[in-house]
Amino acid sequence: MTSSGEAAAAELRQPETPDSFAAVMRQRYDALKAGDVGSLPVLVFMVAIVVFFTLKVSVFFTAVNFDNLLPQMAQVTVMAIGVVFVLLIGEIDLSIGYLSGLSSVVLAELQLPGSGHDYPWWVAILGALAVGAVIGAVQGSFVAFLGVPSFVVTLAGLLAWQGVIIQELGTQGVITVYDRQINDISNYFFPDWFGWALAGAVTAGFVGITVGRIVARRRAGLRVGNPMVLVFPVLLWSGAAWLAVAVANHDRGVPFAGVLMVALLLFWTYIAQRTTFGRHVYAVGGNAEAARRAGINVPFIRVTVFMISGVMAAVGGIVAASFLESVDLTAGSGTILLDAIAAAVIGGTSLFGGRGFVKAALLGALITQTIQNGIDLVGYSDAVKDIVTASILLAAVTLDTVSRRRLARSGR
Amino acid sequence: MATTAPILELRGITKAFGSVQALDDVDFEVRSGEVMALVGDNGAGKSTLIKCVAGIHPIDDGEIRFDGRAVHIHGPKDAAQLGIEVVYQDLALCDNLDVVQNMFLGREVRSLLFRLKEAPMEERTAETLRSLSVTTIRSIKQPVASLSGGQRQSVAVARAVLWNSRVVILDEPTAALGVAQTKQVLALVKRLAEQGLAVVLISHNLTDIFEVADRITVLRLGRAVGVYERERTTQQEVVGAITFGIPGRESAA
Repeated sequence: MTSSGEAAAAELRQPETPDSFAAVMRQRYDALKAGDVGSLPVLVFMVAIVVFFTLKVSVFFTAVNFDNLLPQMAQVTVMAIGVVFVLLIGEIDLSIGYLSGLSSVVLAELQLPGSGHDYPWWVAILGALAVGAVIGAVQGSFVAFLGVPSFVVTLAGLLAWQGVIIQELGTQGVITVYDRQINDISNYFFPDWFGWALAGAVTAGFVGITVGRIVARRRAGLRVGNPMVLVFPVLLWSGAAWLAVAVANHDRGVPFAGVLMVALLLFWTYIAQRTTFGRHVYAVGGNAEAARRAGINVPFIRVTVFMISGVMAAVGGIVAASFLESVDLTAGSGTILLDAIAAAVIGGTSLFGGRGFVKAALLGALITQTIQNGIDLVGYSDAVKDIVTASILLAAVTLDTVSRRRLARSGR
Repeated sequence: MATTAPILELRGITKAFGSVQALDDVDFEVRSGEVMALVGDNGAGKSTLIKCVAGIHPIDDGEIRFDGRAVHIHGPKDAAQLGIEVVYQDLALCDNLDVVQNMFLGREVRSLLFRLKEAPMEERTAETLRSLSVTTIRSIKQPVASLSGGQRQSVAVARAVLWNSRVVILDEPTAALGVAQTKQVLALVKRLAEQGLAVVLISHNLTDIFEVADRITVLRLGRAVGVYERERTTQQEVVGAITFGIPGRESAA
């Protein structure tokens, strides 16, 4: 090509990663104005919540409460991860509440001493996960192959699985979980040294990945960008890890449920951001017809996403059974379904498909569960909890809708 | 202009949908390095002809020759295998994905464990856009939603040429664009032909066609009326062929 081609190349690459910190900040500000609010409202709101409850009740801002909060919020967080995937392809899964309940019933049945089906803990856990996967696949198939709206399919699931739970537990009403390993999921706290080692591993992992990417881009001759921009997330997340471990070690140590939560978040973030499957999930949510024409197997993606949702609901059920050390007729009922969906949406996942990140599950669950934890400590009633959660959900969806409209407008 | 043998050649293509004869004994050809316009009124059979080439409709009768050999196109994958890419009017882009992600959609470069290899994809995207002199896209990492109509068209075209394609078919690429953006896209069309690709341009806009096309094939009511060389015809003559089916001077093939 001519020199105009070379100039074009320079132009193409140059503004991609502007070097000065000010330029990066300006870009972020422009994106914000255009309606791409990112995680900003969540962070601002989180600070406000913490300040409010700290002023209100003295036990809130303590290491003990932090160590209580992590196992409390684990169920909602892991279930919200599944919700993020379902929302990314522009669908909804209303069955996850009772699906998690059903999984915990299966778990409890499979470990029940003296029942004739008294299996080791890992068989019980695999059984519960399998139930989630199979039911997710069946529900997903109705959506993917028959075109039945996911709202209806999973609403039917919501009713059906509630029925199955009542049918199964009707006579005894409650099953106690005796298995040590299962109960440890929500009740075990790691020794201090293990917590520090974990924080070290998280830091090493983040640094390793970042360095690896820089090397790969250098080798390909691509611009690397402002070091500040690359270092910032590493500092932020490893800083958060060290802080969390420090606080937890001040009390009983790092809870197993917290480690499980973070491990699942990292795993599913990898799947969503770094694999072809994840890329195709975003594509199906953005424009299913374009995805189909690009040769992507859209029904396969849809069924798999509903399986992910089912499996994560099952994980939530296992965590809940472990937390209560029993399973009763209320398993999967109440606000757990809406809490999980609200967490995903409040964390910044769009209800309209194609926009959002796995980390939204954590951010959203942090907000809703911190509020519920705080309300419990202050001594307000459950009614107040519901009203506050509902208001935040409505605010989050409104923000999503408005920002979507602004994005469309600035998209010309 | 190229004077070689046609790379894509259709002979006696016939296609009926029930009792409707969509295409009746249509001949069509395009050579490497030329822009062949395909014009005709609504319902003349332009889209049907293109979909036959793209493998979406099977043909009832006739022969498709590619690079001198008779070929059978049974599906979109066969067409892609040959190096025939179609850019449809709706572009089929995912608004939420960025330019690189759209360019490689469904054909991502990956390593072990389905892990995406971002660097080579970014590199080739930049390279392809550069070779087409697409200079208005500020960053290839921005979502397609933030691009203008002309830029989106450029991305769709660049995606079509990314895969060593030899024939690129553009369905109404300027239909929804303003004056400046139309110019941009027409320049892009010319550049494709300059790079040695065979370009088929479907359009209603004769002004656009007379700006970039080397030859013009006119369809009317499912039949080919004639092939006109741009330099030896007028807009009036082509309009006459479109509306009344008056055969003009047919150019020597």
